[in-house]
Amino acid sequence: MTTAARTGLTDVELAAVRADFPILDRTLRGGRRLVYLDSGATAQKPQVVIDAEQDFYERRNAAVHRGAHQLAEEATEAFEQARAVVASFVGADTDELVWTSNSTSAINLVAYALSNATAGRGGAAARRFALAPGDEICVTVAEHHANLVPWQELAARTGAVLRWIDVDEQGRLRLDQLAEQVTERTKVLAFTHASNVTGAITPVAPFVARAREVGALTVLDASQSVPHLPVDLHALGVDFAAFTGHKMLGPTGVGALYGRRELLADLPPVTTGGSMVEVVTMESATYAPPPQRFEAGTQMVAQAIGMAAAADYLSELGMDAVYAHENHLAALLLAAVEPIEGVRVIGPTDTVDRLATVSVVVDGVHAHDVGQVLDDAGVAVRVGHHCAQPVHRRFGAVSTTRASASVYTSEQDVAAFGEALAGVRAFFGAEVR
Amino acid sequence: MDAMEQLYQQVILDHARAPHGRGLPADAPGTTAVATVGHDTCSGQSHQVNTTCGDEVTLRVDVDLSGEQPVVRDVRWEGSGCSISQASISVLHDLVTGADLETVGAVSTTFRALLGTRGAGLDDEAAEDLLGDANAFTGVGKFPARIKCALLGWAALTDALILAGVPGTPAEATR
Repeated sequence: MTTAARTGLTDVELAAVRADFPILDRTLRGGRRLVYLDSGATAQKPQVVIDAEQDFYERRNAAVHRGAHQLAEEATEAFEQARAVVASFVGADTDELVWTSNSTSAINLVAYALSNATAGRGGAAARRFALAPGDEICVTVAEHHANLVPWQELAARTGAVLRWIDVDEQGRLRLDQLAEQVTERTKVLAFTHASNVTGAITPVAPFVARAREVGALTVLDASQSVPHLPVDLHALGVDFAAFTGHKMLGPTGVGALYGRRELLADLPPVTTGGSMVEVVTMESATYAPPPQRFEAGTQMVAQAIGMAAAADYLSELGMDAVYAHENHLAALLLAAVEPIEGVRVIGPTDTVDRLATVSVVVDGVHAHDVGQVLDDAGVAVRVGHHCAQPVHRRFGAVSTTRASASVYTSEQDVAAFGEALAGVRAFFGAEVR
Repeated sequence: MDAMEQLYQQVILDHARAPHGRGLPADAPGTTAVATVGHDTCSGQSHQVNTTCGDEVTLRVDVDLSGEQPVVRDVRWEGSGCSISQASISVLHDLVTGADLETVGAVSTTFRALLGTRGAGLDDEAAEDLLGDANAFTGVGKFPARIKCALLGWAALTDALILAGVPGTPAEATR
C-alpha cells in the first residue's frame, strides 16, 4: 500500500454517501451542524444497516440452528449468509469466521483457548497450543488494551513472559526489533493492523515472516483496519484476526474472530453450553466443529445480519475508494493541525500507510478541555487515552484529542475541526495547565 | 452567559492556572495509599484515577486531633488533569484546610448535591455560603461527562479521611 490517489470519492459520490447516514442530518445544541470525527470509537450507521436489523425482526425472527419451521429455516439461512458475506469481505472462508460480541471478546477467545489447551483440554491435537513457563508472548506498545491485557493475563496464568515491540518517534512499529523481541520461545505474536491512536498502518508481512521463522501464532487486531482499507486475511497470512461490527458501520454487539481452518479445528472451546456440542451425556460432551464450537448460546443474529449489510455497503463503495478517500482526509487533517501553534501530533506526519486518525496534544490544555471547546463548535472527537495508555505514556502524554474519520467524513468536517482546534489555546490562555 | 462560559468561569480558570495546595510533602510515599497515626494527629493519603481519561491525583490529608473536634490541618496533593479537576482540587484545599470534620462532611455533601442539579444551582443561601469558590462549579452539572472531573479530588479526600481512621469521619463515603 502507498499513499492513495488524491480522492477516492467525487463530491457527488460523497454527498450520496452522506445522505445514507440519517444521523448526519441532525443538529446539536444551538442548532449547530454535527461534525462527527469520532468514528474510531464507533462509526455511524447507514440506513441499509438499520433496515437490515429491522427487517429481520419484522419478517424473519426465529431461533437459528434449531427448529424445523419455515421461520427458523429463513433465520438460519440469513444468519449463515451473513457469515459468508463478512468472511468474504475480509478474504476468509465462511467456516473460518466465528461470531463474537466484539474484537475484545474475539481476542479473549483466542487467549482463553490457549489457556485451556495449556490445561490439557482439547486432547493431543491441542497440545501445540500449550504454553509453558518461560515461553514468550510478544505484543507491541501500540496496542489497544484489548490486545494487551488478555495477553498479560494469559502470561500470568501460564508463566509465559510478555515482551513487546516499541514504536519510533512517528508512531510506526519498530520492525528492527522483531528479530530481538520475537524469539525461539515466542508462542504468540499479537499486534495491531492499525493503531487507534497514531493511525499508523502496520506492514503485516515482516511480522508474519518472523512469527513463521520461530513457529509463533500471529493474532492480528484488525478492528481499525477492516473499516478503512482493503483487508485480505488469507493474503496477509495471519493465523487469527479480530474485528468488530460497530466500527465498520455495523451494529454494536457483534464482531468476528477469523482463524485459519486447521487451527480452529484443533482449538479447544472457551465458552461452553448449548449449540456448540454434538453428544452430551451426564458425564461429558463432544464438541461441534468450528465455527459453531466457539458459538455457545443464542447468537446475536440481527446484529450479524446488520454487520453483513455494512460489509455489503462498503464493498459496493469499494474499499480501495474508501481508503483513498480517507487517506486524502488524513492529509487534510494533518495540514489543518500543522500550522496551529502548540499542537503536536502523536503519530505519523506523513500519509503513507495511514488512517485518517489524528491524535494531538495541545500544549498547556488538557484533552478534556480541548474536547469541550470542540464540542461547543459541534465537533465530536474522542478525548482521553483511547484505551491505549502505553502508547500515550511512550509519547509523554496522559491523554490526547483524537479526530478520526470514516467514509462519510467530508472536507468541511476537517475544516471545522481545524478552525475549532485553532481557537482552543486562546480560550484557555496558553499557560493554563 | 452561555453554557461554555458557565462551565469555564473565571474562578475556575484562575484556580486551574495556579492551583492551591499542590505539592506533596517530601516524605510522602509515592502514590500509595497510606495512613499514619500519631499522638494527636493522623493522616491519610489516597490515589484516585479517572478511568475515562487517566487523570490522577494523590492527595494527603493531615488531621489535628488535639482539640475538641478533629480539624483538617493541611491538604496537599499532586496530580494531573483537566482544568475542571485541577481547579476543583484547588478549591477543595481552600475550603477544607482549617475546617473541622463536620464542616468538611457538609461541604463535600453539598458540593456533590450542587453537581447533581444539572446547572440549576441549589437555590440555598446557606449552601452558597458554605461552598464559596466551589459555587463556580454549578455549570459543570450541565455536562455529565465532566462531573467525574470535578469529583476526582473529593473522592480522594473521602478515601484519605477513611484511611486516616479519624473518629467521626463523614459517613457519606460514596464516590
